[in-house]
Amino acid sequence: MTSTKSNSPAQSLPTVSRVSPGVWLKKNLFSTWDNSLLTITCLAFLYWVVTSLIGWTFTQAKWSVVTVNLRLFLVGYYPEVSLWRPWTALGIMVGLAGCSGGILSEPGNLFNRSNLIMLTLLAAIWVAISPWIGVASSIRLLGMLVLLILAATLGKKLGQSLSSNLTLRTWLAAIWVLTFGVVLWLLMGGWLLNTVPITSLSGLILTLLVAVVSIALSFPLGVLLALGRQSELPAIRWLATIYIELFRGLPLIGILFMAQIMLPLVLPREVLIDQVWRAIAGYTLFTAAYLAENVRGGLQSVPRGQAEAAKALGLSSPLVITLIILPQALRSAIPTIVGQFISLFKDTSLLVIVSLVDLLGISQSILANPKYVGRAAEIYLFIGLIYWIFCYSMSLASRKLEKY
Amino acid sequence: MAKAKIPLGHNQRVIGILLQIVVISLVLAVLIVLGNNLVNNFQQKNLEFGFDFLSSKAAFDISDQVINFQPSDTYSKAIIVGLLNSLRVMVVGIVLATLIGVTVGIGRLSDNWLVRQLATVYVEILRNTPLLLQLFFWYSAVFLNLPRVDQALVLPGSIYLSNRGISIPWPAGTTSTWLALDLICASVILTMIVMRRRIKAIAQHGTATPIFTMVLIGTAIATIFALVWGLDWQQPQLDRQGNSILGGLNFSPELATLLLGLSVYTAAYIAEVVRSGIQSVNQGQWEAARALGLKPNLVMQLVIFPQALRVMIPSLTSEYLNLAKNSSLAIAIGYSDLYAIANTIFNNTGRSVETLLIVMVAYLIINLIIAVIMNWLNARMQLLER
Repeated sequence: MTSTKSNSPAQSLPTVSRVSPGVWLKKNLFSTWDNSLLTITCLAFLYWVVTSLIGWTFTQAKWSVVTVNLRLFLVGYYPEVSLWRPWTALGIMVGLAGCSGGILSEPGNLFNRSNLIMLTLLAAIWVAISPWIGVASSIRLLGMLVLLILAATLGKKLGQSLSSNLTLRTWLAAIWVLTFGVVLWLLMGGWLLNTVPITSLSGLILTLLVAVVSIALSFPLGVLLALGRQSELPAIRWLATIYIELFRGLPLIGILFMAQIMLPLVLPREVLIDQVWRAIAGYTLFTAAYLAENVRGGLQSVPRGQAEAAKALGLSSPLVITLIILPQALRSAIPTIVGQFISLFKDTSLLVIVSLVDLLGISQSILANPKYVGRAAEIYLFIGLIYWIFCYSMSLASRKLEKY
Repeated sequence: MAKAKIPLGHNQRVIGILLQIVVISLVLAVLIVLGNNLVNNFQQKNLEFGFDFLSSKAAFDISDQVINFQPSDTYSKAIIVGLLNSLRVMVVGIVLATLIGVTVGIGRLSDNWLVRQLATVYVEILRNTPLLLQLFFWYSAVFLNLPRVDQALVLPGSIYLSNRGISIPWPAGTTSTWLALDLICASVILTMIVMRRRIKAIAQHGTATPIFTMVLIGTAIATIFALVWGLDWQQPQLDRQGNSILGGLNFSPELATLLLGLSVYTAAYIAEVVRSGIQSVNQGQWEAARALGLKPNLVMQLVIFPQALRVMIPSLTSEYLNLAKNSSLAIAIGYSDLYAIANTIFNNTGRSVETLLIVMVAYLIINLIIAVIMNWLNARMQLLER
């Protein structure tokens, strides 16, 4: 909402003529005495930060702790012989992402400058880090990039050849859900593949798994709760409100604790749920309450006339909600919903407190190794970068989605 | 308020009632089954339910204490110590986060390009990494890496940084301190009264008698004197042997980490709240204020910020609530807050349900208090509009 508002004046303004660097500096950095002082202070601060950071990075820091343990960070203690399975899963997802990107992109916008720069940059990075990750992995990553480009081109063609874009998008959603199942099967095994117990998943894989599964589970629950809270039936409204307010009032770590300790107590003795699923249950219950509030905001933004018009057309209540209200409500709630997913992704780091070995957990266990005493800063900066890349790309994606 | 669901058809009421009955009986059935399992499991494992354990001896020590606590004290006192520790973090954290957040938020809208970029980088880095990771980083990469006490870093204003935490100057708590505090309170009240009178006078007569200004200057001077000399500041100092820092207020590394981590993290969110609040103020307000000849900082202070505040308060409330809840991450770095102590008690006694209930009730009450205060503030702000 806000971004379209702030964008529109910029678009309607006449094209700005190029200003000389001197004028730009004067206008943006040294317009008044206070401003100049501020600029100089900031420059001094920046100089101090950058020089000490560079000095630390290249002289004091020992990055071997990261490069040696790279596999641990990413796939944890996943059996080495089955490592092709995460690779394949990654390949499938890259292909599908490229395909959907191609379908959803605007005409002629696929290989624009920023995308090309991004691709070249990634390729350069993959080549540059090959000494540490091994040439084979480097080649595989480059292959992923090629796959991405091919899939995007294919998606583009598909999008152009099929006139009704809407059915294609519906299919796309269905395919994503299906892929999710395939990826889970690849990672955990079962039918035709050796089983990798979920408790032996660790590292980034566990973080991603918990985040994605909890997101998938909490979304329907959150929508139901939001509808319940907006319902005109008092009993349902009260139940939904109590649930939402109770779970929003508690710290997540308390809920995770509850899921770990209390869930086995309130379930029959025969039912044994392993730790990861208990944690997922905790995340789902917690996130659903927050999602419900986001969706409720969306519901309130749908004008009353929409429901009345749908009713006048003779739709029944469930149909009014699923066909008319929810699509509009969810669309306007996209930014807050993605924000919630980002914070769920960040909150998976709390898994370490309930002694599961997620990305942060694996760094704690690496730090516990006496060989790596005092290397905390390197490790934390590295996994911070991983978290940052994921969260930042999610928020970029949400800004793109908002425009649709 | 558009209701999402609008009744349809003649027997809508019947359907509604039936639906409610079904939902309630489902929820009740689930609760009964779960409760039944709980009772069974309790019997199976020979556990019992009750709060009598609270009066037995705690037999553990707490490193950070607001009130005195010995291992021979009871569990209930341990919980109170934890609660006070939590409250201390929440209150100081909220104040710090607001200060940093408002600064960064205004920085994001600054005319100065460099300031704007720095503020954006701050927000994007801190909002997109987990708080727990940041806490670990502050704790083991920053605070535990500080020099030993005898080589403590001394920042201007005698702030000592060492691996035993931060020491800052603090009023000694003597009679003089309390007198000075009284004086400061009195002068704040006096200033507020005089300011109101003065604005009223200006509004009625166009000018105000210089008496008001003189009174204001007088109180300002008195307050500064009271602040600098009256409060009886105690400077932290290295003791003779050079193995501890005496005097002043000392924050343990855990407390300092938690305060810094929480407030720096929440400040990034508050900055966004402040930015969108300020951006929501109509452009015409800026122009009108400038046209009236107000200086740039007065435009912000008198015209824009008060209006933005009204938009900001609901989102600020939820950020404060988040900070309060996030303070429970203290357990990860070993600060004894309410949750950490409840966890210790659970480990010692095995009373899961009881400790969980205590924690839940405590956090719900704290949240309620913050929400009530902020709603009161919100109501006051809305009234000022008319």
